[in-house]
Amino acid sequence: MTPDFAHNHFELLGLPVAFAVDPARLESRYRELQGRVHPDRFAAGSEAERRVAMQWATRANEAYRTLRDPLARARYLLQLRGFDTDEESNTSMPPDFLMQQMEWREAAADATRTHDVEALRRLEAELTRERRDMLERLERALDASHYDAGSSLVRKLRFLEKLEQEIDDALSP
Amino acid sequence: MALLQISEPGESPDPHQRRLAVGIDLGTTHSLAATVRSGTAQVLPDEEGRPLLPSIVRYLPDGRAVVGYAAREAQADDPANTIVSVKRFMGRGVADVAKYGALPYRFVDAPGMVAIETQAGVRSPVQVSAEILRVLRDRAQRALDGEIFGAVVTVPAYFDDSQRQATKDAARLAGLNVLRLLNEPTAAAIAYGLDHASEGKFAIFDLGGGTFDISILRLTRGVFEVLATNGDSALGGDDFDQAIAVHWRKAHGLADAGGRETRRLLAAARTVKEQLSDAEEADVHVTLSYGQKLHLHLRREELEALTAGLVQRALGPTRKALRDARLDPKDVDGVVLVGGATRMPQVQRAVEHFFGKPPLKDLDPDQVVALGAAIQANVLAGNRAAGDDWLLLDVIPLSLGLETMGGLVERVIPRNSTIPVARAQEFTTFKDGQAAMAIHVVQGERELVGDCRSLARFELRGIPPMVAGAARIQVTFQVDADGLLSVSAREKTSGTEASIVVKPSYGLSDDDVARMLQESFSHAGVDRDARALAEQRVEAASILGAVRAALGKDGDLLAKEERTRLEASMASVEAASAGTDHRAVKSAVEALNRASEAFAGRRMDRAISAALAGRKVDEVGK
Repeated sequence: MTPDFAHNHFELLGLPVAFAVDPARLESRYRELQGRVHPDRFAAGSEAERRVAMQWATRANEAYRTLRDPLARARYLLQLRGFDTDEESNTSMPPDFLMQQMEWREAAADATRTHDVEALRRLEAELTRERRDMLERLERALDASHYDAGSSLVRKLRFLEKLEQEIDDALSP
Repeated sequence: MALLQISEPGESPDPHQRRLAVGIDLGTTHSLAATVRSGTAQVLPDEEGRPLLPSIVRYLPDGRAVVGYAAREAQADDPANTIVSVKRFMGRGVADVAKYGALPYRFVDAPGMVAIETQAGVRSPVQVSAEILRVLRDRAQRALDGEIFGAVVTVPAYFDDSQRQATKDAARLAGLNVLRLLNEPTAAAIAYGLDHASEGKFAIFDLGGGTFDISILRLTRGVFEVLATNGDSALGGDDFDQAIAVHWRKAHGLADAGGRETRRLLAAARTVKEQLSDAEEADVHVTLSYGQKLHLHLRREELEALTAGLVQRALGPTRKALRDARLDPKDVDGVVLVGGATRMPQVQRAVEHFFGKPPLKDLDPDQVVALGAAIQANVLAGNRAAGDDWLLLDVIPLSLGLETMGGLVERVIPRNSTIPVARAQEFTTFKDGQAAMAIHVVQGERELVGDCRSLARFELRGIPPMVAGAARIQVTFQVDADGLLSVSAREKTSGTEASIVVKPSYGLSDDDVARMLQESFSHAGVDRDARALAEQRVEAASILGAVRAALGKDGDLLAKEERTRLEASMASVEAASAGTDHRAVKSAVEALNRASEAFAGRRMDRAISAALAGRKVDEVGK
């Protein structure tokens, strides 16, 4: 096959177009590709070679960055399938998740206000468990081509990620 | 940065075709150049065998510049025309420079970056730095007996885009082909071979003549990230000299005499301080200007008592850097000492005590950054030995973003992104019929534009009339492998695409560099044309070599006519090189560059295809 900029990130790195990615394989593929295209390999080359190398190395970095992170990978995969996760504009969530979300937020705010490190740690652990569980569901949804369900899970995960970041910041001022 | 194994053996040129490459540490107090010879990195000393070049430039009335030791001697008599520590002014504005307190220079508020009015005319920090780099370049050329193919120049990890751009401009102005800008702590890590480890966290403790820098690096999955940097821009070996001089003045009842006396005392203090790194006690005889002879003496324990506070001052920023990196001292796998002041036993002890492990100090701390840069330069120039086929990846140290409504920053590329990297962001108009949009590029981690560094402002014009919110303006940031940014913007909905590419405002245009090069040659009295011809010939030989190697390997990618055209273009370069007109060589090289562009693209496609084909069919995406 002739690779070009139309190739998707999975194809560029020679991986199956699927949510499940073996991190070790992803990394070795990335290194192999970067080893061939990075501008350092062409520092002594012609200007044209250096420019092409920069574009490809940029592309390789983008592909690796996207596929390395599960949420970014899911978002990208959905996009390939024609589903926009629309996280900025589509904030509609099922009522039960909204309730849960409000409870977590309140707990986080209370613990931050009272500097209750123990409570923050407990909440962090709970969110980590919840996130792991959601990622498993996300994988099943995407494997089964349930893209609407997948999009909804990506939006929920995005929310979890934000909250976890806030707790992390509160824990290490 | 990272260590990557290339699956194919590199194309090592035969020994006669080795390209001469140097690593340059362009330092605040001193600079130096190194190269790899017979497989080891070595510093290139001057004709008197001195490895360091004081980063001091003195401008004479006739326009000439004196660099190094000679300039240092004249510093006291001619402070206004003798520029020391010019690195602090690189890519900085008048407001930044004011923070350094009283300086003996007449600053000119030039656009983007301050300039200094000297008796030889107004000089920008880029030009001053270029004088230093030119001396190192000439030194390398003499020592290696040939044209320098290219150089790796180091910059502090915390240097922002404008400071990096200014450094690269200075190197170009000195006639150097910049193979890469490299972070100083990363260079130090390379010198110790730390990049050959697979994982680790490293502290680079750099106590120089006048500045202290601490950098925490993390090597994971082969990428060197800068986790944190901190430092004290007013702490260095000079402060130790000062402490000793003050002590003697008190002990001998000397009045705080004029500058000349102070300098003699400081010079004596420096000598004694250096001796005390090996000896338990040291003494020196000094004759003051009014004839008084002094016998000055100091014991190591006295020195340590006098300077204990200074050593402690370095640990403050070190603690902060570790806290920012969310690490404990014990989490650090290796500590590298950089800078002459780290030779002092009390500094080494303090570092060892703080981190709980002895620091790496086998390499000369004044040279370690230049040595690492030389190793990297050698690889980039293509002088790879078998098994030496690795690749380093670097990150941008500070986030890049755009100003949005209300003076807030929209982050486009977060810090620690592996470079090269490109990211696009879409914006829209907020008024009906808005024909132009102001784009303000900033760098930094803060939320407010006022707290970040302004890198560039430009306007996208010619947006066709639309209602507010209908235009889709895509702003693209591209950061190259040197960490340098260029920004472009275009309106996507209209058929008429408006597009502009900017370099940050501190950067010099190619025309600026050409003009400044010309000026410097006329001052230096060098035969400008001869030099330009020599440079163009090196450039021509380089591209001919590159295209020839490419044809040898992948010539089958070209149709017969294409190959004929390319070969004709190569023949023109050869013919022009044999002549004496440097402009003709330049235009022939440019033509060959254009002619080989499509070929370069196809070769890259093939390289990637080869990477893909090496895999099992069932692994490749369905």
